[in-house]
Amino acid sequence: MKIDDTLGFAFRSLRGYPLRTGLMLLAMAIGVASVVLLTALGEGARRYVTQEFTSLGTHLLIVLPGRSETTGGPPPLLGETPRDLTLEDALALLRSSAVRRVAPVMVGSAPVTRDGLSRETVILGTTAAMAEVRNLSMAQGRFLPAGEASRAEAHCVLGHKLKTELFGNTSPLGRFVRIGERRFRVIGTLAPRGQSLGVDISDVAIIPVASASALFNRVSLFRILVQARGRDAIPRAKKAVLDIIRERHDGEDDVTVITQDAMLATFDRIFKTLTLAVAGIAAISLAVAGILIMNVMLVAVSQRTGEIGLLKALGAPGGQILRLFLSESAMLSLVGAALGLLLAGGGLLLAERFFPNFPMVAPAWALLAAVGVALASGLVFGVMPARRAARLDPVAALSRR
Amino acid sequence: MICLEQVERVFQVGEETVYALQQVDLTIQPGEYVSIMGPSGSGKSTLLNILGLLDRPDRGVYRLEGLDTTELGERKQADIRRHKIGFIFQFFHLIPRLTAAENVELPLTLAGVAASQRKTRVAEALDRLGLADRSRHRPDQLSGGQRQRVAIARATIMQPAIILADEPTGNLDRASGTDVIETIEGLNRAGMTVVIVTHDPELGQRTGRQVRMLDGRIADDRRRTA
Repeated sequence: MKIDDTLGFAFRSLRGYPLRTGLMLLAMAIGVASVVLLTALGEGARRYVTQEFTSLGTHLLIVLPGRSETTGGPPPLLGETPRDLTLEDALALLRSSAVRRVAPVMVGSAPVTRDGLSRETVILGTTAAMAEVRNLSMAQGRFLPAGEASRAEAHCVLGHKLKTELFGNTSPLGRFVRIGERRFRVIGTLAPRGQSLGVDISDVAIIPVASASALFNRVSLFRILVQARGRDAIPRAKKAVLDIIRERHDGEDDVTVITQDAMLATFDRIFKTLTLAVAGIAAISLAVAGILIMNVMLVAVSQRTGEIGLLKALGAPGGQILRLFLSESAMLSLVGAALGLLLAGGGLLLAERFFPNFPMVAPAWALLAAVGVALASGLVFGVMPARRAARLDPVAALSRR
Repeated sequence: MICLEQVERVFQVGEETVYALQQVDLTIQPGEYVSIMGPSGSGKSTLLNILGLLDRPDRGVYRLEGLDTTELGERKQADIRRHKIGFIFQFFHLIPRLTAAENVELPLTLAGVAASQRKTRVAEALDRLGLADRSRHRPDQLSGGQRQRVAIARATIMQPAIILADEPTGNLDRASGTDVIETIEGLNRAGMTVVIVTHDPELGQRTGRQVRMLDGRIADDRRRTA
C-alpha cells in the first residue's frame, strides 16, 4: 500500500466518525493551546520584569550603606551603625574612569503644602545626574539643573500624581510649594510612568541633595546610584566603587554594591525556570489528550473489528493495519496541534487587547515543543490500539458483524 | 490446486476440547465448482477459513498450487490471500463509509496499484456486474443483492484463482440470491475455482461437486455426473 493511499484511507476513516474525531481534536487543541499560552504567560512575566529593570536605567550599580554579605566575618550586631555614606563619598566615585554618572539619593518624608493643600510625601534629595541615571522623562519644565551638588538651591521637581493633587490641571511651573519649613520653586514635573518596581515615582518631590540634607538635618545618603560607562565597565566600576569607599572609610568595607545586571540575571533565571515549570504542567494536559486518543482509538478498534478482519482477508498484513491506525493517531494529533496553535494565537491576540502593557509572546521553542509533544503523545498512545488492531484474529473479527 | 492432507483443527471451549476438523483429506482441481454442506458446527466454516489462510490447521498439511502454506509466515500468507483468493461473505463486509467503487478498489489500494490504473479496473468490474450507475453510492444506499454484487466485484478485482464464498445467499431474498449465484457461476465458467459453504440444499444441487461434512469429518464427497 502506498503512503498517500495509507494517509487517504486514514483520513477517510477519521471523517467517517465526525463526532469522535472532533472531540479528540478538541482535546489535543486545548492541550497544545494551554502549553503555548502558559509558556507565553511565563515568558511575558520574564520580559515584563526585564523591561521594568531596564527602565530603572542602564548599566546601573546601586551602593547601599552597610554590608549585607553573609560570607565571612561575624554577623553585625543589632544597633551597630555602619559609617554613613555621604555626598562627598558619592562625588568621589566620579574619579573612576569606569563611572559615567553618579546620583546620590537621600530619602525622607515631609509634608508638601500649597495654599492650604498638604500632602505627606516621599522627598528625594538628589542631583541633576538622576534624570539620566534613572531614565526619567519630564512632562513640563526641566529637571534639577546641573551645578554644585553642595549648593542648597530652593527648587523642586514634582511627580505626576503629587502635581495633580496640589495643582490640578493648572501649570505649577514657577509657583511655590512649602516642603517642611522651607519654600521651594517648582521648576518641572515628571511624566507619568506609574509603578517602577514598587516605588511610586509619581508621588514624590525631588529637591537638590544639599537642600534635603538641610531639610532633614543629616548627611547620610539612602543610597548612591552609579552609572557605569558601559556593560563591560560594570565589574570595573564595582571594584572602583568598593576601592574608593574603602579608602575613604579608613580601610573598611562597609558598603554593599548591587549591580543591576546581576539582579536582572537572577530574575531572568527565576522566570525561565518558572516558565519551564508552567510549560511542564501544561504538557501534562497534552499527555491527558494522548491518553484520550488512546481510549477512543481502542473503542474504534473494537467498533471496527469487522473492517479489520476484512482488510486481513483482503491481504493486508498486520504491519499495514498498524500503519493505518498509527496514521490516524498522527493525523489527529497534528491537526489538533494546528488547531491548538490557532487557538493560542487567538488567545494571545485577546490578551494583547486587554493587557497591552504585558508583553505576552510565545517563544518559538514553545511552539515547536507543543507540536512535538502532541505528535509524540499521539503516536505513543496510538501504538497500543494499533497493535491490538494488527493482532486481531481475522476469523474472530469477521464472524462478528 | 488445493490439497489438504490429514488436516486437524482443535478448539478449546472451556474445559472441553472440540475437534472442528478431524483427518480431513480434500483435493480440489482448478476450475472446480464445489459446495460444502452440513449442519451447524460440522466444521464447514473452519474448513473454508483454513482454505482461505485465515486460520491455520493444528495438524496436517495444506498445499496450495504445490506450496506448503502451513510453514509460511503471516506476511507471506497475506500475500497469497491478496493475489490468489477472493472472499465473499454472508454479511458482505463492505466498509460503510466508503462508496461502492472505493470498496471495490480496496484490494488494489492495499496491493499498491497506481491510482489511475485502479480507477479503470474498478469501473470495468462494476460495469461487468451491472453496477456502473451505483459506483458512487454507499453500502447503506444499496439493496442486499447489490451489496453482495459489490462484494463479488471486490473479491474478483485482483483476478484470483480461487473464490471462497461463505453462505453468499444467506442474507438475501430468493430473487437476488439466484442472481448472485448466477454471477458466481459465471465466474466459475470463466475459469475460477469456486468453493461455497451453504446450508441451502437447492444451492448445493447446482454445484458440480458436493462435500458433506459431519462432526468435523468429510462424510460424503459426490460429483455430479453430467
